[in-house]
Amino acid sequence: MTLRIYAIAYLVFLYAPIILLPLFAFNDATIIAFPLSGFTTEWFQQLMTTQALHRAAQNSLFIAVLTALLSTILGVCAARAGAMYDFPLKRGILGLVMIPLVLPEIIVAVSLLVVAVQIFDVGLSNWTVIAAHVLICTPFSIAILNGAFQNLDPAMEEAAMDLGESRWSAFRLVTLPLVMPGIIASMLIAFTISLDEFIIAFFLTGANPTMPVYIWGLLRFPASLPVVMALGTILVALSIALLTCAELLRRRGMARVGLKDKGGFI
Amino acid sequence: MTGLIQLNGVNKYYGDYHALRDIDLTINEGEFFSLLGPSGCGKTTLLRTIAGFEGVSGGVVMIGGRDMAGVPANQRPTNMVFQSYAIFPHLTVAENVAFGLRKRPDIDKSTAVDAALDMVGLSGFGHRVAHALSGGQRQRVALARALILKPQVLLLDEPLSALDKKMREQMQVELMRLQRHIGITFILVTHDQEEALVMSDRIAVMFDGKIGQMDDPETLYRRPKTRLVAEFIGKMNFLDAMVKDADITVDVQGLGTCVIAPEQAPSGVTLGAGAVGIRPETLAILFDGETTDRETIQGTVAEVVYYGDMTYYDVTIAGIATPLNIAMKNLIGRPVLDVGDATTVVWDARSLVLLPAAA
Amino acid sequence: MVSPPLIYVLLMLAFPMGAIILFSFWTQEFMTLDTTFTLANYREIWEKPIFAALLQRSLFVSGCVTLVTVILAFPVAYFVSFHVAPERKSLWLFLITIPFWTSYLIRVFLWKVILGYNGVVNTGLIKIGLIDEPLTFILYNVNAVIITLAHAFAPFAILPIFVALEKIDRSLLEASQDLGESKFTTFFRVTLPLAMPGVVAAVLIVFIPTIGDYVTPELMGGAGGKLVANMIQTQFLALNNAPLGAALAIVAMICVTAISLLFVFLNRRWLRGRS
Ligand SMILES: Nc1ncnc2c1ncn2[C@@H]1O[C@H](COP(=O)(O)OP(=O)(O)OP(=O)(O)O)[C@@H](O)[C@H]1O
Ligand SMILES: [Mg+2]
Repeated sequence: MTLRIYAIAYLVFLYAPIILLPLFAFNDATIIAFPLSGFTTEWFQQLMTTQALHRAAQNSLFIAVLTALLSTILGVCAARAGAMYDFPLKRGILGLVMIPLVLPEIIVAVSLLVVAVQIFDVGLSNWTVIAAHVLICTPFSIAILNGAFQNLDPAMEEAAMDLGESRWSAFRLVTLPLVMPGIIASMLIAFTISLDEFIIAFFLTGANPTMPVYIWGLLRFPASLPVVMALGTILVALSIALLTCAELLRRRGMARVGLKDKGGFI
Repeated sequence: MTGLIQLNGVNKYYGDYHALRDIDLTINEGEFFSLLGPSGCGKTTLLRTIAGFEGVSGGVVMIGGRDMAGVPANQRPTNMVFQSYAIFPHLTVAENVAFGLRKRPDIDKSTAVDAALDMVGLSGFGHRVAHALSGGQRQRVALARALILKPQVLLLDEPLSALDKKMREQMQVELMRLQRHIGITFILVTHDQEEALVMSDRIAVMFDGKIGQMDDPETLYRRPKTRLVAEFIGKMNFLDAMVKDADITVDVQGLGTCVIAPEQAPSGVTLGAGAVGIRPETLAILFDGETTDRETIQGTVAEVVYYGDMTYYDVTIAGIATPLNIAMKNLIGRPVLDVGDATTVVWDARSLVLLPAAA
Repeated sequence: MVSPPLIYVLLMLAFPMGAIILFSFWTQEFMTLDTTFTLANYREIWEKPIFAALLQRSLFVSGCVTLVTVILAFPVAYFVSFHVAPERKSLWLFLITIPFWTSYLIRVFLWKVILGYNGVVNTGLIKIGLIDEPLTFILYNVNAVIITLAHAFAPFAILPIFVALEKIDRSLLEASQDLGESKFTTFFRVTLPLAMPGVVAAVLIVFIPTIGDYVTPELMGGAGGKLVANMIQTQFLALNNAPLGAALAIVAMICVTAISLLFVFLNRRWLRGRS
């Protein structure tokens, strides 16, 4: 019982900042502090009219979509190989591709910065951010897709081939439908991570900032803080919606193949 | 006569591991053929080289007179029932069964599916979701799915091992009936000797990637060529023996001298040290009031294992190192002996089989 | 099959790592890069006390964050694994992970609102009369950094511990009680040692990345709460001294790796010593 109370208190701790967000987003005051003064939607209206924000949002969306696609493709390759084949150094190689998960992000950021600017002199752009985001999202994609692929009987594709399908059509007709929920969940998670990532983007972003970099700029100006709250509310709502989709899909996928649910993603 | 399936000198390596060693094999049309052997001996590997999922490292695989080198699994006239059944969980039973018909517009889907489901006793199950089926039902779906393409050969990889004992025995009978009914070649992989004996026309016993012996069940059981085969299939008593002459006069440890027929020496006759095997059920204990005109020898009961319908005795006999294992039916009037009881053991030279000496 | 991700990681990780190591042995004067091999950067880090102080503080903060996070997280993981009905576990995990995925920057900023002079904590405590003046030790110092980071990395700590706990065969616990241990001693003699791999994973997965965070110290740390990541960032982006920044990043990585390996080693020794 005490354990339950503790766990609930812990959840409150986890959600404390997020709960405050909408409070201040609709609060009719320019300073972010209690007591609240009144209700307004002005900050949301300001969001609508800020051109720089729209550009940042577009950038972030572009980066996040490409990151989601690329890291999921890489994740499918790794998860499939891990689940279905044996090859030399398997553990080592699969461990290596998971390394970005524990690497301090600033290390990823500065090393890619050095390579991009000093060595290849390619200049910073959305593409440098995408390259880095794919790197850090791939381990998450692999983790999610591992779950999807490990539930898959390797004999399944062979059965399809035995019944006359080619290697590719066996993958398309059998494996793909079975791991599709995992693939979509992986894309949603990678999308969310990329959309939210700041530490690396700050180093690698080009002339057009991403959304978090833009927000970072706003945080310096006290006057713009209520707008940040409004923006944050939207982003949090969006993230929660996406994650809920991902979770529901994951469960649908499990139910579809008749498996017991053993936990959340990752 | 050349068989439907012919393997000549097939070898298979996984890296350094020699999984199949010089396999020569002929399987005839309409035959129920089993691959029997302990775990890891290469049965699945052999089956998969026939199905086309594994290439061979050396040798030739022929099906229907055609060399299968380079022919992928999806173009071979074989279909497979997988050990895990590999039922597609996202499809219904009918969709599973119809899976192989996608590229066969010449076959009418719904009649073929109905016929196939009917054949395996699953009429009316077509709309069920595949993952909600019981083990036996999945097995039947896998069978129907593989048979719908009318393959020349059906390959079955331990299809019954996931079922409980009752279900397994029922499916054994059904599989045999099915095979006789449609008349195509079945190749069954199993590590259950009883299953192989019951179901097969012929059995190949494999050890360590090699075929130890290939024969019909009765020959395999009564005339094993090696100790390994004799031990793997059923129980066998082994006694040291000396072969005295080419007419196969044998001096058997503890039992004395006797002459045996040539077919009792399936691995040939070598003068000098050898061994003989005796199945427990070909020995008998002479109970009070019973008589026999066969050879007898005195012994002492060392161990009694009661099975209900049978009792297994270990009987110590002067001059024989390990006690003889004897299986007796518990017929009316026969008591179950106790350890230490003195007994008379009945044996017959016609039930001996001559084997090479122990290594 | 595994080659595309492998090649990508090698290209995007191993190669840049090599580059940054190379870079740390060069020097830069304004815009011109001097590519003669020198240990000057490392010498500077060794000699100037500011770097040692920053590094020390960073490791201290990471260590504290790890300790706090893992200790706070363990009971939650335990609760979800042992006391939540199986069909509700994934809901709990989902609730725990959600805040982790939502706008990191804004979350950090909101801690400022919570812990600040006029923040939620202070106004709350004053209202209920526990304190008369706002507490000041909870913002713009190391404490604030630790609280915020502990919040940010919470799911990272819970998940591996949860996974390890889930793997424990429940009959082992019954066996232990059958052999005379109480529930309490069973926890220490069976559950905890078996959960250790998860705890170790949690420690590493929190400790290593926290070294690389510069957002939290920047926003929450005030003047005395800056960490080595802030310095790396400054060297790269403001002072244009990438080689020194690179050397600093490498030194930080080496420290973190060394401490992590030591921890893993000691943990192994401890587990083996017990059995
Ligand atoms: N893909 C592979 N790579 C390496 N070794 C393999 C591979 N497949 C099988 N082997 C090895 O080859 C040997 C034979 O395997 P196989 O699966 O044919 O055995 P089996 O007789 O079917 O055994 P079981 O009764 O356990 O199914 C085993 O020792 C196995 O470890
Ligand atoms: Mg097998």
